[in-house]
Amino acid sequence: MQLLNASGCLDALTAPDVARAFDAFVTKTVTPEPRAGNAPVRIAETEHGMLNAIGLANPGRDAFVRDMLPRLRALGMPLWVSVGGFAAHEYAETCAQLDDVTIELNLSCPNVDEAPESAAEIVRACRETTSSPLYAKVSPHSWDMGETVRAIEAAGADGVSMVNTLRGVALDDRLRPTLARVQGGYSGPALKPVVLAAVVAARRATSLPIVAMGGVTSGRDALELIACGATHVALGTVLFADPDSPSRVRAELAEEVHRLGFETPDDAVGIALDRVVKMANRG
Amino acid sequence: MPEPRRERLRVRAIEPVGPYALLRLERGRLDPGVPGQFFMLEAPGRVLPRPMSLCLAPKGELAFLLDPIGPGTRALARLEPGDEIGVLGPLGNGFRLDVPRPLLVGGGIGIAPLPYLSEALEHPPAVLGFRSERHAESAALVPNAEVVIDPVLVTEVMSTGRDVLACGPEPMLEAIRVLEPGAQLAWEAPMACGYGACYGCVVEIDGELKRLCVEGPVLCSS
Repeated sequence: MQLLNASGCLDALTAPDVARAFDAFVTKTVTPEPRAGNAPVRIAETEHGMLNAIGLANPGRDAFVRDMLPRLRALGMPLWVSVGGFAAHEYAETCAQLDDVTIELNLSCPNVDEAPESAAEIVRACRETTSSPLYAKVSPHSWDMGETVRAIEAAGADGVSMVNTLRGVALDDRLRPTLARVQGGYSGPALKPVVLAAVVAARRATSLPIVAMGGVTSGRDALELIACGATHVALGTVLFADPDSPSRVRAELAEEVHRLGFETPDDAVGIALDRVVKMANRG
Repeated sequence: MPEPRRERLRVRAIEPVGPYALLRLERGRLDPGVPGQFFMLEAPGRVLPRPMSLCLAPKGELAFLLDPIGPGTRALARLEPGDEIGVLGPLGNGFRLDVPRPLLVGGGIGIAPLPYLSEALEHPPAVLGFRSERHAESAALVPNAEVVIDPVLVTEVMSTGRDVLACGPEPMLEAIRVLEPGAQLAWEAPMACGYGACYGCVVEIDGELKRLCVEGPVLCSS
Protein backbone atom coordinates (compact mmCIF):
# COMPACT_ATOMS: atom_id res chain seq x y z
CA MET A 1 0.00 0.00 0.00
CA GLN A 2 1.34 3.36 -1.01
CA LEU A 3 0.02 6.70 0.20
CA LEU A 4 -0.10 9.37 -2.51
CA ASN A 5 -1.47 12.87 -2.88
CA ALA A 6 -4.36 13.35 -5.29
CA SER A 7 -3.31 15.28 -8.39
CA GLY A 8 -3.86 19.02 -8.06
CA CYS A 9 -4.02 18.96 -4.26
CA LEU A 10 -0.36 19.70 -3.48
CA ASP A 11 2.53 21.71 -4.93
CA ALA A 12 5.70 19.85 -4.00
CA LEU A 13 7.89 22.80 -4.99
CA THR A 14 6.05 25.15 -2.59
CA ALA A 15 5.59 22.57 0.20
CA PRO A 16 8.36 19.96 -0.20
CA ASP A 17 8.07 18.66 3.37
CA VAL A 18 4.40 17.82 2.87
CA ALA A 19 5.24 16.03 -0.38
CA ARG A 20 7.99 13.99 1.29
CA ALA A 21 5.47 12.56 3.74
CA PHE A 22 3.99 10.59 0.81
CA ASP A 23 5.41 7.49 -0.89
CA ALA A 24 5.27 9.27 -4.24
CA PHE A 25 4.32 12.76 -5.42
CA VAL A 26 1.60 13.19 -8.05
CA THR A 27 1.86 16.42 -10.09
CA LYS A 28 -0.90 18.75 -11.17
CA THR A 29 -2.19 17.79 -14.60
CA VAL A 30 0.14 18.76 -17.45
CA THR A 31 -1.50 19.77 -20.74
CA PRO A 32 0.21 20.29 -24.13
CA GLU A 33 -0.16 24.09 -24.00
CA PRO A 34 0.20 26.38 -20.96
CA ARG A 35 -3.09 27.13 -19.20
CA ALA A 36 -3.73 30.10 -16.90
CA GLY A 37 -6.74 28.29 -15.47
CA ASN A 38 -10.18 29.68 -14.78
CA ALA A 39 -10.90 33.19 -13.53
CA PRO A 40 -11.67 33.43 -9.81
CA VAL A 41 -13.82 32.65 -7.83
CA ARG A 42 -12.37 29.15 -8.09
CA ILE A 43 -13.33 27.46 -4.83
CA ALA A 44 -16.39 27.17 -2.63
CA GLU A 45 -16.92 25.28 0.60
CA THR A 46 -20.19 23.38 0.94
CA GLU A 47 -21.72 21.58 3.92
CA HIS A 48 -19.84 18.31 3.47
CA GLY A 49 -17.19 19.05 0.89
CA MET A 50 -15.84 21.69 -1.43
CA LEU A 51 -16.05 22.66 -5.08
CA ASN A 52 -13.09 23.69 -7.20
CA ALA A 53 -12.88 25.10 -10.68
CA ILE A 54 -9.15 25.65 -11.04
CA GLY A 55 -9.23 24.69 -14.71
CA LEU A 56 -5.97 22.75 -15.05
CA ALA A 57 -3.70 25.74 -14.53
CA ASN A 58 -0.23 24.51 -15.59
CA PRO A 59 2.83 25.75 -17.48
CA GLY A 60 2.33 23.38 -20.43
CA ARG A 61 4.34 20.28 -21.26
CA ASP A 62 7.47 21.94 -22.69
CA ALA A 63 7.97 24.20 -19.68
CA PHE A 64 7.03 21.33 -17.36
CA VAL A 65 9.63 18.97 -18.83
CA ARG A 66 12.30 21.68 -19.10
CA ASP A 67 11.81 23.62 -15.83
CA MET A 68 9.65 21.77 -13.34
CA LEU A 69 10.50 18.12 -13.80
CA PRO A 70 14.22 18.54 -12.92
CA ARG A 71 13.25 20.42 -9.75
CA LEU A 72 10.74 17.73 -8.84
CA ARG A 73 13.35 15.01 -9.41
CA ALA A 74 15.63 16.85 -6.97
CA LEU A 75 13.10 15.97 -4.24
CA GLY A 76 14.49 12.45 -4.54
CA MET A 77 11.13 10.69 -4.41
CA PRO A 78 9.10 8.67 -6.93
CA LEU A 79 7.09 10.91 -9.24
CA TRP A 80 3.73 10.44 -10.88
CA VAL A 81 2.95 12.88 -13.67
CA SER A 82 -0.71 13.60 -14.31
CA VAL A 83 -1.23 14.00 -18.05
CA GLY A 84 -4.20 15.77 -19.62
CA GLY A 85 -5.28 16.73 -23.09
CA PHE A 86 -8.15 17.30 -25.46
CA ALA A 87 -7.51 14.44 -27.88
CA ALA A 88 -5.83 11.04 -27.62
CA HIS A 89 -2.79 12.14 -29.63
CA GLU A 90 -2.19 15.05 -27.22
CA TYR A 91 -2.01 12.68 -24.26
CA ALA A 92 0.26 10.35 -26.25
CA GLU A 93 2.66 13.13 -27.27
CA THR A 94 3.11 14.19 -23.65
CA CYS A 95 3.67 10.57 -22.55
CA ALA A 96 6.39 10.24 -25.19
CA GLN A 97 8.35 13.04 -23.47
CA LEU A 98 8.30 11.44 -20.01
CA ASP A 99 10.80 8.90 -18.68
CA ASP A 100 11.36 7.39 -15.29
CA VAL A 101 7.99 8.45 -13.91
CA THR A 102 4.61 6.82 -13.44
CA ILE A 103 2.02 8.38 -15.70
CA GLU A 104 -1.55 9.03 -14.56
CA LEU A 105 -3.85 9.89 -17.45
CA ASN A 106 -6.44 12.44 -16.32
CA LEU A 107 -9.40 11.23 -18.33
CA SER A 108 -11.98 13.08 -16.33
CA CYS A 109 -11.40 16.66 -15.31
CA PRO A 110 -14.82 18.24 -14.73
CA ASN A 111 -13.46 21.76 -15.14
CA VAL A 112 -12.58 21.50 -18.81
CA ASP A 113 -14.39 20.04 -21.75
CA GLU A 114 -13.50 16.39 -21.86
CA ALA A 115 -11.60 14.72 -24.62
CA PRO A 116 -14.10 13.32 -27.10
CA GLU A 117 -12.29 10.02 -27.41
CA SER A 118 -13.16 7.22 -25.04
CA ALA A 119 -10.94 6.36 -22.11
CA ALA A 120 -9.77 3.20 -23.86
CA GLU A 121 -8.73 5.04 -27.02
CA ILE A 122 -6.61 7.47 -25.00
CA VAL A 123 -4.98 4.65 -23.01
CA ARG A 124 -4.24 2.71 -26.22
CA ALA A 125 -2.64 5.76 -27.88
CA CYS A 126 -0.45 6.38 -24.83
CA ARG A 127 0.54 2.71 -24.46
CA GLU A 128 2.04 2.89 -27.96
CA THR A 129 4.33 5.78 -27.02
CA THR A 130 5.50 4.86 -23.53
CA SER A 131 6.70 1.90 -21.53
CA SER A 132 6.34 3.83 -18.25
CA PRO A 133 3.75 2.52 -15.78
CA LEU A 134 0.42 3.88 -17.00
CA TYR A 135 -2.56 4.57 -14.71
CA ALA A 136 -5.90 5.85 -15.98
CA LYS A 137 -7.83 8.20 -13.68
CA VAL A 138 -11.54 7.83 -14.21
CA SER A 139 -14.63 9.88 -13.56
CA PRO A 140 -17.18 8.91 -10.90
CA HIS A 141 -19.86 9.67 -13.51
CA SER A 142 -19.24 6.45 -15.43
CA TRP A 143 -22.48 4.49 -15.94
CA ASP A 144 -20.74 1.16 -15.77
CA MET A 145 -17.49 1.31 -13.85
CA GLY A 146 -16.78 -2.38 -14.42
CA GLU A 147 -17.01 -2.03 -18.17
CA THR A 148 -14.89 1.16 -18.16
CA VAL A 149 -12.18 -0.54 -16.13
CA ARG A 150 -12.17 -3.67 -18.32
CA ALA A 151 -11.80 -1.48 -21.43
CA ILE A 152 -8.93 0.46 -19.84
CA GLU A 153 -7.18 -2.77 -18.90
CA ALA A 154 -7.62 -4.23 -22.39
CA ALA A 155 -6.09 -1.03 -23.82
CA GLY A 156 -2.90 -1.65 -21.85
CA ALA A 157 -3.18 0.32 -18.60
CA ASP A 158 -1.13 -0.89 -15.63
CA GLY A 159 -3.56 0.43 -13.05
CA VAL A 160 -6.60 2.56 -12.36
CA SER A 161 -6.94 5.75 -10.28
CA MET A 162 -10.38 6.48 -8.99
CA VAL A 163 -12.13 8.77 -8.72
CA ASN A 164 -11.89 12.33 -9.94
CA THR A 165 -14.33 14.88 -8.52
CA LEU A 166 -18.07 14.87 -9.06
CA ARG A 167 -19.65 17.82 -10.88
CA GLY A 168 -21.36 20.23 -8.50
CA VAL A 169 -22.77 23.72 -8.11
CA ALA A 170 -22.88 25.98 -5.02
CA LEU A 171 -24.94 29.14 -4.55
CA ASP A 172 -24.11 32.07 -2.30
CA ASP A 173 -26.58 33.68 0.11
CA ARG A 174 -28.02 35.80 -2.72
CA LEU A 175 -28.60 32.70 -4.87
CA ARG A 176 -25.74 33.49 -7.26
CA PRO A 177 -23.38 30.69 -8.31
CA THR A 178 -20.31 30.99 -6.09
CA LEU A 179 -17.91 29.78 -8.76
CA ALA A 180 -17.22 32.06 -11.72
CA ARG A 181 -17.48 29.00 -13.97
CA VAL A 182 -20.76 27.99 -12.23
CA GLN A 183 -19.86 24.26 -12.12
CA GLY A 184 -16.93 22.79 -10.29
CA GLY A 185 -15.51 19.52 -9.07
CA TYR A 186 -16.99 18.33 -5.78
CA SER A 187 -14.58 16.70 -3.33
CA GLY A 188 -14.23 16.01 0.37
CA PRO A 189 -15.92 13.78 2.94
CA ALA A 190 -19.21 13.54 1.00
CA LEU A 191 -17.44 11.57 -1.73
CA LYS A 192 -16.42 8.54 0.32
CA PRO A 193 -19.46 6.31 -0.31
CA VAL A 194 -19.24 7.15 -4.03
CA VAL A 195 -15.60 6.11 -4.11
CA LEU A 196 -16.27 2.93 -2.16
CA ALA A 197 -18.89 1.95 -4.75
CA ALA A 198 -16.55 2.74 -7.62
CA VAL A 199 -13.75 0.68 -6.08
CA VAL A 200 -16.05 -2.29 -5.43
CA ALA A 201 -17.18 -2.25 -9.08
CA ALA A 202 -13.61 -1.90 -10.34
CA ARG A 203 -12.23 -4.64 -8.08
CA ARG A 204 -14.90 -7.03 -9.33
CA ALA A 205 -13.80 -6.25 -12.91
CA THR A 206 -10.00 -6.32 -12.65
CA SER A 207 -7.01 -7.45 -10.63
CA LEU A 208 -4.97 -4.38 -11.63
CA PRO A 209 -3.69 -2.04 -8.89
CA ILE A 210 -6.26 0.56 -7.86
CA VAL A 211 -5.34 3.97 -6.42
CA ALA A 212 -8.45 5.11 -4.56
CA MET A 213 -9.20 8.66 -3.51
CA GLY A 214 -12.15 10.76 -2.45
CA GLY A 215 -13.19 11.84 1.03
CA VAL A 216 -10.36 10.23 2.97
CA THR A 217 -9.80 12.19 6.17
CA SER A 218 -8.68 9.41 8.53
CA GLY A 219 -6.88 6.08 8.67
CA ARG A 220 -10.25 4.38 9.03
CA ASP A 221 -11.40 5.96 5.73
CA ALA A 222 -8.24 4.72 4.01
CA LEU A 223 -8.78 1.21 5.35
CA GLU A 224 -12.36 1.17 4.08
CA LEU A 225 -11.12 1.97 0.56
CA ILE A 226 -8.55 -0.80 0.89
CA ALA A 227 -11.17 -3.23 2.18
CA CYS A 228 -13.24 -2.54 -0.95
CA GLY A 229 -10.28 -3.41 -3.16
CA ALA A 230 -7.93 -0.43 -3.34
CA THR A 231 -4.23 -1.24 -3.35
CA HIS A 232 -3.13 2.39 -2.85
CA VAL A 233 -4.80 5.42 -1.30
CA ALA A 234 -4.50 9.12 -2.15
CA LEU A 235 -5.32 12.18 -0.06
CA GLY A 236 -6.93 15.26 -1.61
CA THR A 237 -9.13 17.81 0.13
CA VAL A 238 -7.92 16.83 3.60
CA LEU A 239 -4.49 18.21 2.64
CA PHE A 240 -5.98 21.69 2.37
CA ALA A 241 -7.28 21.51 5.91
CA ASP A 242 -4.25 19.77 7.39
CA PRO A 243 -0.82 19.54 5.74
CA ASP A 244 0.17 17.09 8.48
CA SER A 245 -2.57 14.66 7.42
CA PRO A 246 -0.26 12.22 5.54
CA SER A 247 1.58 11.15 8.70
CA ARG A 248 -1.59 11.23 10.78
CA VAL A 249 -3.57 9.09 8.33
CA ARG A 250 -0.64 6.66 8.09
CA ALA A 251 -0.44 6.29 11.87
CA GLU A 252 -4.20 5.88 12.23
CA LEU A 253 -4.23 3.32 9.43
CA ALA A 254 -1.52 1.23 11.10
CA GLU A 255 -3.43 1.30 14.37
CA GLU A 256 -6.75 0.40 12.73
CA VAL A 257 -5.14 -2.44 10.75
CA HIS A 258 -3.75 -3.99 13.92
CA ARG A 259 -6.96 -3.44 15.86
CA LEU A 260 -8.81 -5.47 13.26
CA GLY A 261 -6.27 -8.26 13.32
CA PHE A 262 -4.34 -7.69 10.09
CA GLU A 263 -0.55 -7.60 9.79
CA THR A 264 -0.42 -4.90 7.11
CA PRO A 265 -2.92 -2.88 5.04
CA ASP A 266 -2.13 -5.15 2.08
CA ASP A 267 -3.72 -8.08 3.97
CA ALA A 268 -7.04 -6.23 3.99
CA VAL A 269 -7.28 -5.53 0.25
CA GLY A 270 -10.76 -6.50 -0.96
CA ILE A 271 -11.72 -8.07 2.36
CA ALA A 272 -15.13 -6.32 2.33
CA LEU A 273 -16.09 -8.18 -0.83
CA ASP A 274 -15.72 -11.49 1.04
CA ARG A 275 -17.68 -10.23 4.00
CA VAL A 276 -21.06 -9.49 2.49
CA VAL A 277 -23.55 -10.20 5.24
CA LYS A 278 -26.79 -11.81 4.11
CA MET A 279 -29.83 -11.17 6.29
CA ALA A 280 -30.65 -14.89 6.35
CA ASN A 281 -27.29 -15.68 7.95
CA ARG A 282 -27.60 -13.10 10.70
CA GLY A 283 -29.90 -15.01 13.02
CA MET B 1 10.81 34.28 7.57
CA PRO B 2 9.68 32.00 10.44
CA GLU B 3 8.68 28.46 9.46
CA PRO B 4 4.95 27.79 9.51
CA ARG B 5 3.78 24.89 11.65
CA ARG B 6 0.46 23.39 12.61
CA GLU B 7 -0.62 22.81 16.18
CA ARG B 8 -3.79 22.44 18.17
CA LEU B 9 -4.17 25.60 20.25
CA ARG B 10 -6.43 26.13 23.24
CA VAL B 11 -8.92 28.98 23.34
CA ARG B 12 -8.07 31.35 26.18
CA ALA B 13 -10.95 33.77 25.71
CA ILE B 14 -13.35 35.14 23.15
CA GLU B 15 -14.41 38.74 23.57
CA PRO B 16 -16.96 40.89 21.72
CA VAL B 17 -15.53 44.01 20.04
CA GLY B 18 -18.56 45.83 18.65
CA PRO B 19 -20.10 43.33 16.19
CA TYR B 20 -16.78 41.49 15.87
CA ALA B 21 -15.21 38.82 18.10
CA LEU B 22 -11.61 38.75 19.34
CA LEU B 23 -10.52 35.10 19.53
CA ARG B 24 -7.58 34.72 21.90
CA LEU B 25 -5.61 31.47 21.60
CA GLU B 26 -2.70 30.10 23.57
CA ARG B 27 0.30 30.49 21.28
CA GLY B 28 1.86 27.03 21.67
CA ARG B 29 5.07 26.84 19.66
CA LEU B 30 3.73 28.90 16.78
CA ASP B 31 5.65 32.00 15.75
CA PRO B 32 3.46 35.14 15.50
CA GLY B 33 5.30 36.13 12.31
CA VAL B 34 5.35 39.54 10.67
CA PRO B 35 2.26 41.84 10.78
CA GLY B 36 0.11 41.11 7.72
CA GLN B 37 0.97 37.41 7.67
CA PHE B 38 -1.95 35.08 8.29
CA PHE B 39 -2.92 31.77 9.90
CA MET B 40 -5.36 29.04 8.81
CA LEU B 41 -7.82 28.39 11.65
CA GLU B 42 -9.79 25.16 11.83
CA ALA B 43 -13.49 26.09 11.89
CA PRO B 44 -15.22 23.36 13.92
CA GLY B 45 -17.59 21.26 11.82
CA ARG B 46 -16.45 22.78 8.53
CA VAL B 47 -14.44 21.07 5.76
CA LEU B 48 -11.99 23.93 5.23
CA PRO B 49 -10.07 26.16 7.64
CA ARG B 50 -10.35 29.96 7.44
CA PRO B 51 -7.49 32.40 6.72
CA MET B 52 -7.14 35.08 9.42
CA SER B 53 -4.42 37.69 9.78
CA LEU B 54 -2.97 38.04 13.25
CA CYS B 55 -4.55 40.94 15.16
CA LEU B 56 -2.53 40.96 18.37
CA ALA B 57 0.35 38.97 19.80
CA PRO B 58 0.52 39.45 23.56
CA LYS B 59 3.01 37.21 25.36
CA GLY B 60 2.05 33.55 24.98
CA GLU B 61 -0.99 34.37 22.89
CA LEU B 62 -2.25 34.78 19.31
CA ALA B 63 -5.42 36.86 18.87
CA PHE B 64 -7.64 37.08 15.79
CA LEU B 65 -10.45 39.52 15.01
CA LEU B 66 -13.43 37.79 13.37
CA ASP B 67 -16.56 39.06 11.68
CA PRO B 68 -19.08 36.22 12.16
CA ILE B 69 -20.85 36.51 8.81
CA GLY B 70 -20.51 33.03 7.29
CA PRO B 71 -20.66 29.42 8.49
CA GLY B 72 -16.90 29.25 9.16
CA THR B 73 -16.53 32.54 11.01
CA ARG B 74 -19.72 31.80 12.98
CA ALA B 75 -18.31 28.41 14.03
CA LEU B 76 -15.13 30.16 15.19
CA ALA B 77 -17.12 32.82 17.07
CA ARG B 78 -18.98 30.05 18.94
CA LEU B 79 -15.76 28.63 20.42
CA GLU B 80 -15.48 28.65 24.18
CA PRO B 81 -12.52 28.91 26.55
CA GLY B 82 -10.84 25.52 26.78
CA ASP B 83 -11.83 24.41 23.27
CA GLU B 84 -8.98 23.47 20.92
CA ILE B 85 -8.59 24.11 17.20
CA GLY B 86 -5.87 23.31 14.66
CA VAL B 87 -3.92 26.39 13.57
CA LEU B 88 -1.35 26.59 10.75
CA GLY B 89 1.01 29.52 10.30
CA PRO B 90 2.40 32.08 10.00
CA LEU B 91 1.78 32.10 6.24
CA GLY B 92 2.32 34.43 3.30
CA ASN B 93 4.17 37.73 3.11
CA GLY B 94 3.44 40.47 5.62
CA PHE B 95 4.03 44.22 5.54
CA ARG B 96 7.52 45.66 5.02
CA LEU B 97 8.26 47.62 8.15
CA ASP B 98 11.20 49.68 6.84
CA VAL B 99 9.07 52.72 6.00
CA PRO B 100 10.01 56.23 7.26
CA ARG B 101 6.52 57.84 7.44
CA PRO B 102 3.93 55.09 7.98
CA LEU B 103 0.18 55.71 7.81
CA LEU B 104 -2.12 52.78 8.59
CA VAL B 105 -5.42 52.67 6.73
CA GLY B 106 -8.17 50.18 7.50
CA GLY B 107 -11.76 49.56 6.58
CA GLY B 108 -14.27 47.41 8.48
CA ILE B 109 -13.01 43.96 9.46
CA GLY B 110 -9.94 44.86 7.38
CA ILE B 111 -8.55 46.55 10.48
CA ALA B 112 -7.77 43.02 11.75
CA PRO B 113 -3.99 43.10 11.08
CA LEU B 114 -3.55 46.75 12.12
CA PRO B 115 -3.29 46.46 15.93
CA TYR B 116 -0.25 44.15 15.61
CA LEU B 117 1.16 46.32 12.81
CA SER B 118 0.65 49.48 14.87
CA GLU B 119 2.57 47.95 17.74
CA ALA B 120 5.44 46.88 15.48
CA LEU B 121 5.71 50.43 14.05
CA GLU B 122 5.39 52.06 17.49
CA HIS B 123 1.89 53.43 17.00
CA PRO B 124 1.99 55.56 13.86
CA PRO B 125 -1.10 57.58 12.80
CA ALA B 126 -4.01 55.58 11.41
CA VAL B 127 -7.23 56.27 9.51
CA LEU B 128 -10.05 53.78 9.95
CA GLY B 129 -13.39 53.66 8.17
CA PHE B 130 -16.53 51.84 9.31
CA ARG B 131 -20.10 51.47 8.17
CA SER B 132 -21.65 52.20 11.59
CA GLU B 133 -20.88 53.52 15.07
CA ARG B 134 -21.13 50.01 16.39
CA HIS B 135 -18.52 48.66 13.94
CA ALA B 136 -16.33 51.65 14.87
CA GLU B 137 -16.08 50.37 18.47
CA SER B 138 -13.30 48.10 17.18
CA ALA B 139 -11.15 51.20 16.47
CA ALA B 140 -10.20 51.07 20.16
CA LEU B 141 -7.77 48.29 19.17
CA VAL B 142 -5.67 50.74 17.09
CA PRO B 143 -3.99 53.63 18.96
CA ASN B 144 -3.69 57.06 17.27
CA ALA B 145 -6.57 56.38 14.92
CA GLU B 146 -8.80 58.90 13.21
CA VAL B 147 -12.19 57.28 12.64
CA VAL B 148 -14.65 58.01 9.84
CA ILE B 149 -18.07 56.50 9.40
CA ASP B 150 -19.99 55.90 6.18
CA PRO B 151 -20.70 57.95 4.03
CA VAL B 152 -17.31 59.56 4.78
CA LEU B 153 -14.51 57.52 3.18
CA VAL B 154 -10.95 57.00 4.45
CA THR B 155 -9.61 58.34 1.16
CA GLU B 156 -11.26 61.71 1.89
CA VAL B 157 -9.28 62.24 5.10
CA MET B 158 -5.99 60.44 4.36
CA SER B 159 -3.00 62.78 4.43
CA THR B 160 -0.72 62.49 1.41
CA GLY B 161 3.00 61.92 1.14
CA ARG B 162 3.02 59.05 3.63
CA ASP B 163 3.93 55.38 3.39
CA VAL B 164 0.48 53.80 3.36
CA LEU B 165 -0.06 50.32 4.77
CA ALA B 166 -3.68 49.32 4.26
CA CYS B 167 -6.18 46.51 4.64
CA GLY B 168 -9.88 46.64 3.87
CA PRO B 169 -12.55 45.97 1.28
CA GLU B 170 -11.44 45.78 -2.36
CA PRO B 171 -12.99 49.11 -3.50
CA MET B 172 -11.10 50.85 -0.69
CA LEU B 173 -7.80 49.25 -1.68
CA GLU B 174 -8.39 50.10 -5.35
CA ALA B 175 -9.03 53.75 -4.41
CA ILE B 176 -5.87 53.88 -2.27
CA ARG B 177 -3.86 52.34 -5.10
CA VAL B 178 -4.82 55.31 -7.29
CA LEU B 179 -3.98 57.89 -4.60
CA GLU B 180 -0.78 56.29 -3.33
CA PRO B 181 0.87 54.16 -6.01
CA GLY B 182 3.53 52.90 -3.59
CA ALA B 183 1.11 51.74 -0.90
CA GLN B 184 1.40 48.27 0.67
CA LEU B 185 -2.03 46.68 0.42
CA ALA B 186 -3.24 43.50 2.17
CA TRP B 187 -5.74 41.68 -0.08
CA GLU B 188 -8.19 38.89 0.53
CA ALA B 189 -9.34 35.92 -1.56
CA PRO B 190 -11.22 32.68 -0.88
CA MET B 191 -8.57 30.18 0.18
CA ALA B 192 -8.77 26.45 0.81
CA CYS B 193 -5.25 25.74 2.09
CA GLY B 194 -3.20 28.92 2.65
CA TYR B 195 0.10 27.21 1.73
CA GLY B 196 0.10 27.10 -2.06
CA ALA B 197 -1.53 23.71 -2.60
CA CYS B 198 -5.02 24.46 -3.91
CA TYR B 199 -4.54 27.28 -6.45
CA GLY B 200 -7.93 28.59 -5.33
CA CYS B 201 -6.83 32.08 -4.21
CA VAL B 202 -5.37 33.38 -7.47
CA VAL B 203 -5.56 37.08 -8.24
CA GLU B 204 -4.15 38.98 -11.20
CA ILE B 205 -0.63 40.14 -10.36
CA ASP B 206 1.53 41.67 -13.13
CA GLY B 207 -0.97 40.44 -15.71
CA GLU B 208 -0.86 36.82 -14.52
CA LEU B 209 -3.07 34.79 -12.21
CA LYS B 210 -0.92 34.11 -9.14
CA ARG B 211 -1.60 32.57 -5.75
CA LEU B 212 -2.33 35.29 -3.20
CA CYS B 213 -1.26 33.02 -0.33
CA VAL B 214 2.25 32.68 -1.79
CA GLU B 215 2.77 36.12 -3.41
CA GLY B 216 0.75 38.08 -0.80
CA PRO B 217 -1.49 38.71 0.96
CA VAL B 218 0.40 42.05 1.21
CA LEU B 219 1.28 43.35 -2.23
CA CYS B 220 3.00 46.58 -3.16
CA SER B 221 0.63 48.45 -5.45
CA SER B 222 3.22 50.04 -7.77
